Amino acid sequence: MTDSPTVSGSLRNRLVLTLIGGAAILAILLFLAVRSYAARVAQQGQDNILSASVASILDAAAIRDGQLEIDIPYAAFSMLTTPSDDRVFYAIYQDGAFISGYDELQVDEPVAQANWTFQSTEMRGESIRQVNAGRTLVGLGKQTQIEVALGQTQDALSQTMDQISRNAAFLGIGFFLLAACLSFWVASTTIGQLNKLTTSVTRRGPQDLSPFRKPVPREMAPLVTSLNSLMGRLDQSLGQSEDFIAEAAHRVRTPLATVRSYAEATLHRVERKENREALRAMVRAIDESSRAAGQLLDHAMITFRADHLEREDIDLVVLTKDLVQRLTPIAEMRELTLSLTGARAVPYSGDPILLQNAVRNMIDNALKYAPVDSTVVIDVRADPNVQIKVSDAGPGFPSEEIDMLTRRFERGQNATGTIGSGLGLTIAQDVATAHGGTLELSNKPEGGACVILSL
Amino acid sequence: MRYLIAVILLLLPLCASADDWEERFVFNEGAEGPQLRVISSTDTLLFAPFIEGFVAENPLISVEYLVTGSADIDRRVRANPSAFDVIISSAMDLQLKLANDGFALRLEDVEVPPWTQWHHSLFAFTSEPATIVINRSAFEGRALPETRQDLIEAMRERPDMFRGKIGTYDVRESGLGYLFATQDSRVSETYWRLMEIMGGLRVKLYCCSGDMISDLVEGKIHVAYNVLGSYASAQAEGQDALEVILPSDFQTTMMRTVMVSSATQSVQAAQQFLRYLVSDRPNESTTQSPLPLLVAEDTVSEQETIGLNPALLTFLDSLKRKKFISAWENAVIQ
Repeated sequence: MTDSPTVSGSLRNRLVLTLIGGAAILAILLFLAVRSYAARVAQQGQDNILSASVASILDAAAIRDGQLEIDIPYAAFSMLTTPSDDRVFYAIYQDGAFISGYDELQVDEPVAQANWTFQSTEMRGESIRQVNAGRTLVGLGKQTQIEVALGQTQDALSQTMDQISRNAAFLGIGFFLLAACLSFWVASTTIGQLNKLTTSVTRRGPQDLSPFRKPVPREMAPLVTSLNSLMGRLDQSLGQSEDFIAEAAHRVRTPLATVRSYAEATLHRVERKENREALRAMVRAIDESSRAAGQLLDHAMITFRADHLEREDIDLVVLTKDLVQRLTPIAEMRELTLSLTGARAVPYSGDPILLQNAVRNMIDNALKYAPVDSTVVIDVRADPNVQIKVSDAGPGFPSEEIDMLTRRFERGQNATGTIGSGLGLTIAQDVATAHGGTLELSNKPEGGACVILSL
Repeated sequence: MRYLIAVILLLLPLCASADDWEERFVFNEGAEGPQLRVISSTDTLLFAPFIEGFVAENPLISVEYLVTGSADIDRRVRANPSAFDVIISSAMDLQLKLANDGFALRLEDVEVPPWTQWHHSLFAFTSEPATIVINRSAFEGRALPETRQDLIEAMRERPDMFRGKIGTYDVRESGLGYLFATQDSRVSETYWRLMEIMGGLRVKLYCCSGDMISDLVEGKIHVAYNVLGSYASAQAEGQDALEVILPSDFQTTMMRTVMVSSATQSVQAAQQFLRYLVSDRPNESTTQSPLPLLVAEDTVSEQETIGLNPALLTFLDSLKRKKFISAWENAVIQ
């Protein structure tokens, strides 16, 4: 029952690892996505300013008196001011011929009126963003094509990108941490459902084999269904074995009683001494068998009940008094007195059938070994702990065997000649253990055995 | 005749070695360490205190200081960038174009306010407004002009008084003159009216501030327009006759800029020199310097000063320049 199951991996760890791994991948994707989006936006921003600048230059182009004039507005370059002081290059071409600016800046292809092109390229060892734009001017009977290339270095842009990357990284890390916390929380709530089920299984009384009715998450329903069906079968088979024990006890005891009464009747009829002796031996053997069978079944029953302890609120004094009354005739046959002492009432929560069995065995034992005309004292008290003490004035337990006597089928050396199976004290011991108590055997200093059932 | 030819032949190498510099001085000559070649548009008289301070702190470095016009600086540096270690000029636009074209070394860790540098390669160290300098004798008993409009009216009132007696930069030759002229023209139409009036009065054109102020001191002209106040104050020392006027309608303020040539052989020394000028100079030099040094915390000057940004390239565009010069010639040369 208490064997620890073979453990392979942990659902919680697997869940947490999967979620955190997923979060890490998502965080990296988020970082890359934000960065590339921001890079596009930042580049778009630079392109827009370059467009505006080049547009204002083109706009300033005019043909006056047949001469091309480009009066570059001050704002055209002023708007290209950046925090990093990016360098600016431009070139103006008329019909493919360079007329002003930096002649290293080439316009690779003729630019159509509305179709401006952007390119990232190199100029004087620095990477620049270049816009190429064109415009057709119509003068008096003359048409001319103006092309303007405008380039700007990307220091401010890369600075912005650094900043954006940093912020995106913070965003990614923040997202990851949040997701990690969430995944821990999710894992523990999910596993919490399992733990709740485990607790409710553990907390159940030994006799409680009823199905689980509390709502559980859908994923756990099959488990609970299997558990319920397992317990249903267990309940059924337990019921069967209880029935079997009762049936067996009945079946064995009844024929033995019949055999005994026949033997008694025959004993009265035969007169020859050796025959009577034989019959007496037979009756004693039958008594012994009957008692052994009874105790064996009692023990089996007790073993079964002890595994599924069913506690009821009872009064130990009432229980003991009842037993004393029932056993008084047997005691009188042996000329013994049973005396009940101790508290007036000792309430206790335990299995009454088991306790009754244990106490009866204890008293039985005392009756067997007590000398004629003596008193067996049964003491029930709640202080210092709940205990039932049975003491007699017999020979006491052999001191060297006192620890072995509660083992199954173990009998004391001085028991020869006394009817017994060796199960009486074992039963009392099992009952004590099932209730979380102990059975203590001792010899009184003034002589006689003393058995204490502490609960 | 033969004698003359011999003399010319003898003198030629001297001319070649002098290389037509306006001024040439070597400070701390004979120092063991590297010699810095500094090309500048600032007169030695005004700049010497800086170099003296620098060589006093760095006795191993000698400095050859070469002075020429701002437009000439641009030409010489483009022609032979490795010939100079440090380039100083008052023409911000030409300097910015040099830096933009990659002639300046990028220096990452020079601590200056963002608006006083461009691309970590061009650094400003003075803040100098363009002024009107007049000879008081020409305005005796009259109110001194405070704005360009006042000046226009004064000239209209007494054309005979001012005919041939006004001076300004020849924007075709002076880089700084071109910068001031283009910036003026951006701000107000008054500039063109002023130029037309000056042209009508046969304005005298100068290549450099120095000549203009000398003529003013000598009484050859009464008014000099768009001259650097720093030069005027320095040369007019003890000359009560001269009055330096900051026009109150609008001011055009220039920053003198310095850069380390990207082709320099003495990177370390050149950097040290630049740092000395823009950030590490001793505090007392700010008050004693003949040049009005830039004060980093001065936010007012940030607004009034010509911005160090790519817009300065606009008027350097050949088409734009051609158009501006022809408009200017139309107004001035009549």
